[in-house]
Amino acid sequence: MTCEVWEKKIDAFVDGELAQGEERAFREHLVSCAACSQETLGRMEMKRRVHAAGKRYEASSDFRARMAREVAAPRPREVEGWGWRRDWRLQLAAVMVVVVAIGISILQVRTMQRQEVIGEIADLHVSNLASANPVDVVSSDKHTVKPWFQGKLPFSFDLPELDGTQFELIGGRQVFVQQEPAALLVYGIRKHKLSVLISLDREGLEKLGSTETSVNSFQLESWSQGGLRYTVISDTAASDVHALAEMFRRAGT
Amino acid sequence: MPLFDSLYNFAHWLTQDREEAEDLVQETFAKALKGFGTFQPGTNFRAWMFRILRNTFLTSRSGLAARAITLPLNEEEDEMVLTPSARTPESLLLEKLQAETLQNAIAGLPVGYREVLLLADVEEMSYQEIAETVGVPIGTVMSRLSRARKAVRETLQARKQGASK
Repeated sequence: MTCEVWEKKIDAFVDGELAQGEERAFREHLVSCAACSQETLGRMEMKRRVHAAGKRYEASSDFRARMAREVAAPRPREVEGWGWRRDWRLQLAAVMVVVVAIGISILQVRTMQRQEVIGEIADLHVSNLASANPVDVVSSDKHTVKPWFQGKLPFSFDLPELDGTQFELIGGRQVFVQQEPAALLVYGIRKHKLSVLISLDREGLEKLGSTETSVNSFQLESWSQGGLRYTVISDTAASDVHALAEMFRRAGT
Repeated sequence: MPLFDSLYNFAHWLTQDREEAEDLVQETFAKALKGFGTFQPGTNFRAWMFRILRNTFLTSRSGLAARAITLPLNEEEDEMVLTPSARTPESLLLEKLQAETLQNAIAGLPVGYREVLLLADVEEMSYQEIAETVGVPIGTVMSRLSRARKAVRETLQARKQGASK
């Protein structure tokens, strides 16, 4: 397929709407096409910005309170003259809609919030590796990389020993996730790159919980340990992601 | 209240007016309560609520005025053109400064494009959910979304070029 054909699929890819086989083919094309990669990254970034900018309006506290009262109790004029049987049914319907909808919306909101954080981390991983300078401190020595973050982050962390493993430390940089400052460490294994994000485990990132998941063909593992949130993400095998995560768990204890 | 914040945000984007948005949300919840019997269990509750809000808006005075701005008839057949977009990841501070420009660009879209963009990127609905909410085929959702994003990119690009002159 030509770039012209692939270009029409960028939005569907960014929205996670391509079928599995098509998505794989699209990713393969991105590896060999700088123009489509650039365009895709731009649109992923734009979607993220529209998501943030689109949450623009909040209801006033007066209106919120008024609506809460109205939903809890139907307006008198609506039930006037309907008799107690109609009134009873209306109130039951109101209770049912609230109960069902609250259950559905809590689940949906939790899932959406979690997906939002995972999506942000996946975007960060992709856009960082695609940038000209994926790391600000370039070193395979953890005793060089770790001190570089001093004064840049409101927390400290330990990096694992890599002796006897296939992993190599490439470097690190400071980034923001959910508006929290975070350390982004880049590791390599064979020809794959892994990103490890470390930040304080505050609201937003907390929603990740303990997670091992796959998003857009990336493997992601996240956990909380000692007040810090660790997230490992890569396009390599899930076993590699888990192995590096285990090394960080041991280093953090 | 279920979906209250999302519905209010969407209503305000559609009406561009606080009082009208409040009336719209109030009317939506009233209709949802009355019509709960028509809700099919197992179908998408969120799409159902957004559909009520949207249909209520479209029959309001400002909704009728918004509908007067027509969308192209050959939506599916329009050729896409590669346009330059935001190339580099922006810093957090820069994003905040640019958010208003982006919001103005979204507000300037015809309502048929604006609603699809907001449902996809803010509410993160699937194409299927958007199709159910808006009442159009998935192909139309895709073409409207594509055109909305293209229009936003072009607006931002034009403002950027205007600012650099």
